[in-house]
Amino acid sequence: MSKNISINVHHITRVEGHGNIVVNVKNGTIEQCQWQVPEAPRFFEAMVRGRRFDDIQTIVSRICGICSISHSFAAIKAVEDALGLEITEQADKLRLLLHYSEIMQSHTLHVGYLVSPDLFGEKSVVPLVSKAPEIVKKIIKIHRVANQWSELLAGRITHPITVIPGGFSMIPSEQQLKDLKKQLEEIVPDLAAVCEAVLSVADKFPAFERETEYISLKQDNPPLYALFHGDITSTDCNGDGPVPVREWERVANEYVTPQSTAKWTRWHRDAFAVGALARFNNNAELLSPLAKKVADMFGLKKGNCNPFMNSVAQLAECAFVVENAIQTIDALLSKGLKQEKVKVSPRAGRGSGCVEAPRGILFHTYEFNKNGECVAANICIPTNQNHANIQKDFEKFVPEFMHLGEDGLRHGMEMLVRAYDPCISCSTHMLNVTFVK
Amino acid sequence: MSKPRVAIFDFACCEGCQLQIVNLEEEILDLINLVDVVEWREAMSEQSHDYDIAIIEGSITRPEDEKRVLLIRSRAKILIALGACAATGGVNKLKNNFDMKEVRQCVYGKDADLPHLDTYPTKAVDEIVEVDYKIHGCPIENSEFARVIRALLLGKRPMVPDYPVCVECKAKENVCRWEYGETCLGPIIRAGCGARCPTAGFRCFGCRGYVDNPNVEAAREVMAKYNLTEEDLKTRMVLFGSKQGPTL
Repeated sequence: MSKNISINVHHITRVEGHGNIVVNVKNGTIEQCQWQVPEAPRFFEAMVRGRRFDDIQTIVSRICGICSISHSFAAIKAVEDALGLEITEQADKLRLLLHYSEIMQSHTLHVGYLVSPDLFGEKSVVPLVSKAPEIVKKIIKIHRVANQWSELLAGRITHPITVIPGGFSMIPSEQQLKDLKKQLEEIVPDLAAVCEAVLSVADKFPAFERETEYISLKQDNPPLYALFHGDITSTDCNGDGPVPVREWERVANEYVTPQSTAKWTRWHRDAFAVGALARFNNNAELLSPLAKKVADMFGLKKGNCNPFMNSVAQLAECAFVVENAIQTIDALLSKGLKQEKVKVSPRAGRGSGCVEAPRGILFHTYEFNKNGECVAANICIPTNQNHANIQKDFEKFVPEFMHLGEDGLRHGMEMLVRAYDPCISCSTHMLNVTFVK
Repeated sequence: MSKPRVAIFDFACCEGCQLQIVNLEEEILDLINLVDVVEWREAMSEQSHDYDIAIIEGSITRPEDEKRVLLIRSRAKILIALGACAATGGVNKLKNNFDMKEVRQCVYGKDADLPHLDTYPTKAVDEIVEVDYKIHGCPIENSEFARVIRALLLGKRPMVPDYPVCVECKAKENVCRWEYGETCLGPIIRAGCGARCPTAGFRCFGCRGYVDNPNVEAAREVMAKYNLTEEDLKTRMVLFGSKQGPTL
C-alpha cells in the first residue's frame, strides 16, 4: 500500500461548475482531505432586489443552465405564494409535465454523458461513440426527445419563456400533446436498453456505504412520487410530521463551522444528502411499475446508503417520469385544453416555493413591496446542501480506498463527486466554499 | 489540412450555453468530426494548452479570472465569446447597479469581507481582451453556433444580424406585445433568435444585447403611442442591459 498520496484535482471535469479535490497522505496518515469549490460567486440574491415580481423568473432561471426549469418553478411558486395567486388544474398539470421533461433531460445528460465514461473506462463520451455506437445513439435520442419535450412546453429548452406568475404565456395544442405522448411511448424501449447497458458495467460503482440522512419532498394528497409538490421530509424524521415549504430555513439550517469559511447545511446530523437517491429512500413505494423494475434490476432498495447508486435512482426516475407523463397527458386531453387568461396585480408579501430539481430539493423565498418590487430574496440550492455530505463521504472514502493508490483513489473521488450530479454554478450563486480540515 | 484545435472555457455563468452545444444532439457528432476538441471541462477529462479556436463562456468578475482570459487570448488564434454573459456581461451586470461591498454583505452577511468572496463589477470578455466573434443570446441559439463554426471552418466571416428583433417578429406574423400592454424591447435588441420570446407569448427582455445603433427615437414614439413611460422601458432594459447600450 502506498504510504504517500498527493492528489490535487484542480477543476474536476465532467461536472457542472468548478470544484477541486485535495488529498494529502503522509506515511499512511491523512493530513488533508478537502472538497473545494472555487466557482466565481454571482450574487443573485442581491441582484434581484428592485426588480418586479414578473421579472424574477427571467432572472433567476439564469442561476443554472441545467436546472433552469426547476429554478423557474421554485421562483414562480414563491411569487404566487407572496401574491396569493391560485393557478388552474390545467396549468398545474402542464407545469408538472414540463418539470418532468427537465428531470428526464438532466438525468440523461448526467448518467449518459457524464457518468458512463467512468463505467466504460473512457475519459469522455466522445470515444464511446465508436466503442458503443448503438447505446450512445439511444442516449442522444432520449436526450433529444426530452429536450423537445421541454421546448414544446417552455418555448425553449433552457431558460423557459412561457412560465409566468398565474399560469402560462402560451400552451401547446392538443395535437402537439398527442405527438409528445407518442414520442414518449417510443423511447421506453431505448430507456430499457440504456438501463441494461449500465447494468452490464454496474460492478464499476464502488462498494461504498455511509449512513446518511436523506432529505426530499413528500406528497401525500394525492400520494405521488414527489418531484413537484409536497412538504419536506427526511429519513431521520422518525414519524415527525413533514415540514411545510414556508419553513424550509429550519430544515437547511445554514451554518458556519470553525473548520470552514463558508456555510454548510444540517438537520438531524452533521450533514445530509439530497437528490434522486434521497427521493428514492423517502418515496420508493410510490414509483411506477417500470421504475420499480429498473430499481430491482440493480438491486436498489429503500435505505440504500451508497452515494454511487444515485445514478441508478436517476434511471428509475427516468422511467417514472415517462410513465407518469403519459398519464398526465391522458388526463389533460380527456378534459380538453383551454386558453386561460392570466391577470395579476402586485401586492406586498413574502412567499416561498420549492421543487425537486433533478439534483435535489430546491428552495426560493422572496419578499415584495406594494408595487411588486423585490426587497429581499433567499435561495437554497441542492448542491449546496450536498457539499458537506460530499466532504463527509470523502473522510470515510479515503481511508477505505487508499489501497487503490494515487490514481485509483483520485478516480474514485472524482466519481464520488460526479455521483452527486453537482451543479456548482447553482450552489455558488451565493456561496464560495473552502473546506479546511 | 489538419483539423482546427478547439477549446471551450467557462467563467461566471450558468453553463447553459455549453449545454446548447450538447443539445445539438445527433448534429454534434458531425461537428466533432470536423474539429479536434482538445479541452472542454464540462464534457471531457482531457486538457490542452495548444489550440486554434478558444470559445469562452461566462463573465469576468475576479482578478484571477482576468489573468486566465489573458492567457487564453495569448494562446488562441481566434477567440469567440459564447452567449450573453461573455458577449455583453448579460444578467450578471445587474450586480453593477449596486455597490460591491453592499452586494457582498447582502449575500454573505458577517462573512462578507473574506478574501475569497471578493468580486468586482462584472465585465464582458471584450472589456479585457480582443474578441473576434460574438455569439449572442441567453442562451445561445445552437443553430447559430453551428453556423458560426461552419463559416470559420470554411474561412468565411460569420454573419451576425444587426437589425432588431421586431424584423423577425413581424416575419413570424406575431401580434405585437405592445398591443397587450407589455413593454417589449424588440425595437432596440439584436435579432437572430427568431423572435423566440414574443412567439411564445412573452415580451423581449433583451438577452441578445442592443443592435449597434439602436433607434431610440422610434422606441420613444412607440412608447408614446401606447401610453408607456421611459421609466417602464428603463426598468426592463436593466435585466440584460445594465450599464451599457443607449442612455435614455
